[in-house]
Amino acid sequence: MEEFTVPIGPQHPALKEPISLRMTFDGEVVKHVDVRLGYNHRGMEKMAEERSYIQNLYLTERICGICSHSHTTCFAQGVEKLMEIEPPKRGLYIRTLVAEIERVHSHLLWLGVAGHEAGFDTFFMYTWRDREIVMDILESISGNRVHYAINTFGGVRRDISETQKQTILDSLSLLKQRTDYYANIGTTEPTFVARIKGVGKLSKELALSLCAVGPTVRASGIKSDVRKDDPYAVYNELPFEVCTADTGDVLGRVVVRVNELFECYKMIEFMLKNLPAGDIAVKAPRRVKENEVVSRYEAPRGENLHYIKSNGTDKPERLKVRAPTLANYPATVEMLKGCFIADIPLIFAAIDPCICCAERMVELVNDKNGEANIVSFSDLKKLASEQYKKCGNKPEPVSIAKQLEKIRRKS
Amino acid sequence: MDILKTLLYLFVYPGLLFLLIYSTFCEWFDRKLYARFQNRMGPLHTGQSGILQPIADIIKLLFKEDIVPEKADKSIFSALPVFGLAIVCTAALYLPVWHYSTKVSFNSFPGDLIVVAFLLSLPTLIFFLAGWHSTNFFATIGAVRVLTMLFGYEVPLLLALLSPAILADSWRLSEIAAFYQANPFLLLANILGFCIAVITLQAKLERVPFDIPHAETEIVGGVFTEYSGKKLAFFRLLSDIEMVVGAGLIATVFMAGFPGGLWWGLLNFVIKTMIVIFLLSAMRAACSRIRIDQMVSFSWRYLAPLAVLQIFIIIILKGFLR
Repeated sequence: MEEFTVPIGPQHPALKEPISLRMTFDGEVVKHVDVRLGYNHRGMEKMAEERSYIQNLYLTERICGICSHSHTTCFAQGVEKLMEIEPPKRGLYIRTLVAEIERVHSHLLWLGVAGHEAGFDTFFMYTWRDREIVMDILESISGNRVHYAINTFGGVRRDISETQKQTILDSLSLLKQRTDYYANIGTTEPTFVARIKGVGKLSKELALSLCAVGPTVRASGIKSDVRKDDPYAVYNELPFEVCTADTGDVLGRVVVRVNELFECYKMIEFMLKNLPAGDIAVKAPRRVKENEVVSRYEAPRGENLHYIKSNGTDKPERLKVRAPTLANYPATVEMLKGCFIADIPLIFAAIDPCICCAERMVELVNDKNGEANIVSFSDLKKLASEQYKKCGNKPEPVSIAKQLEKIRRKS
Repeated sequence: MDILKTLLYLFVYPGLLFLLIYSTFCEWFDRKLYARFQNRMGPLHTGQSGILQPIADIIKLLFKEDIVPEKADKSIFSALPVFGLAIVCTAALYLPVWHYSTKVSFNSFPGDLIVVAFLLSLPTLIFFLAGWHSTNFFATIGAVRVLTMLFGYEVPLLLALLSPAILADSWRLSEIAAFYQANPFLLLANILGFCIAVITLQAKLERVPFDIPHAETEIVGGVFTEYSGKKLAFFRLLSDIEMVVGAGLIATVFMAGFPGGLWWGLLNFVIKTMIVIFLLSAMRAACSRIRIDQMVSFSWRYLAPLAVLQIFIIIILKGFLR
């Protein structure tokens, strides 16, 4: 058979979000992979520049539907540093509690997705059924299942009562039992293990040099976790281990995530039992003086990075978000090389991709010669005004590349 | 009178009408079981406990837009579903349900075991041609996988079906069934063959863990990617009837057939095929999909040698019985 190139995506049943993987196959084996992004630009960063800090807190929450708490916490931490305020202990504990419960929900969800990608739908149904328990806990704490909106600058918005504590502890023991069962199935069920063992290998050196993050890099045997390396919130007080695996394959990533679940339960229990008394929030100023900050946060998928620049007003001048999925793309390309067609969805799902969270930039590619142009905002503006001048009230379809060429020639 | 009986046999029971109704019932049974294994409810709203859901699905598909790819060979693309359905319906006629005499007739003759096995392997070829003529990348990959799988499961299935036939000293389905009705204890000697037959039937029906040719998350719809509307409905019906015929064949050969004339025979048929379908559903719920290379090596490394071992056991047992 000759080599042939096939686009997997932007629409494909294995991909829940739009991304295009151009694959070159030799029979059933993948020879070359080309990742193409930019199918879902949402303009979140631009929106952030036009909203006040407190509005942005709820905007950043909507970057992701699964790790929503990660993004707001990352943003809130950064802004709190800029505002030079310190949230009270109880507020930080509740914030971390929600973060860890969110990690449980994200990892259970991922286990189900991994099962589904391998055609193991029973596993998928079971893990998602028990994920409901976590969702109920989150709802009982924050009133919401997906966007918890628990954070505010200087602490959290809702307190936890004694009865809530007890119900959470009760459901936690059930969850633990269940997770034991899933840990057993995910790592011993023969047909499932046959599919994930030795698939999507990523060596320690490669993982380091390609800057992979989260469970992907930990499955290659590297102890990299922001919670341990650069502790934020109350992580320096919590008892937990950084889980690693040394196999560097999809099985390793399952093992890391399952072990992290148990670490999460340990932390949640500790936090509930040692919840300090006191206020849950301090008052935060509206305006932030001129400064800049980089905030790091260990999301369920890996390190989350927010860069915030303030300019003395109540709106940020620039917000830059780097979601963990983006950091894992280069490693994914390496993992996909040399795998079978049947392994593609599994390997790609193993980084727990959240594609729309990672989409940030528009790049226009000329479909005739493949030439790429990065269009600055001023260029776009010029283009638009020129176009309007030319055609008055009825806009016409126009080749942007051609127009750009014109502008360049003029200037 | 004989002509009337033959017509009834062809069109009512166990012919077309019964097959259509019973196969949709079996699909419902399979879906419901699969759902309950997964802690879901399954079909619920159409009819009592959703029992009419498969029929509703097929009726819905019949009214859907029917698209034929521009580059596909239109006549073959359209003819394949009909051919496939005709083949599995023909295979159903050879099952010894409600047969009226021991004398040789059009639906019961020495060697009909092989004819049924052959007719049941033809849908695989139909699937391959359907995928190949779709001219779609995913369908082509699915088509190649269908053929590759055929080389894996076909030989163990045939070997497993032969061992009870050797013990019964006949390759005629009604005689095999009659032999085991007379000596039910000898059925126990075929347990290994029964397990192999059920596993290979699962592969033939392309269900989890062997749903490699239309693995949704890998190659979209596999061979059925380009099929829609009526043609897809025909293929769905084909798979359902293939499941009934496959289960019926295993019940005939390994579970002593369906004695008792019209009504008891019908009851026997329903219960025994449902037992086989229960096993198929349980297997579907308990496994994840394996890779094509793993499937082929599994059949040749384990299933084929075990099937040969089963034949050896039967031959030795036969020597003792004489």
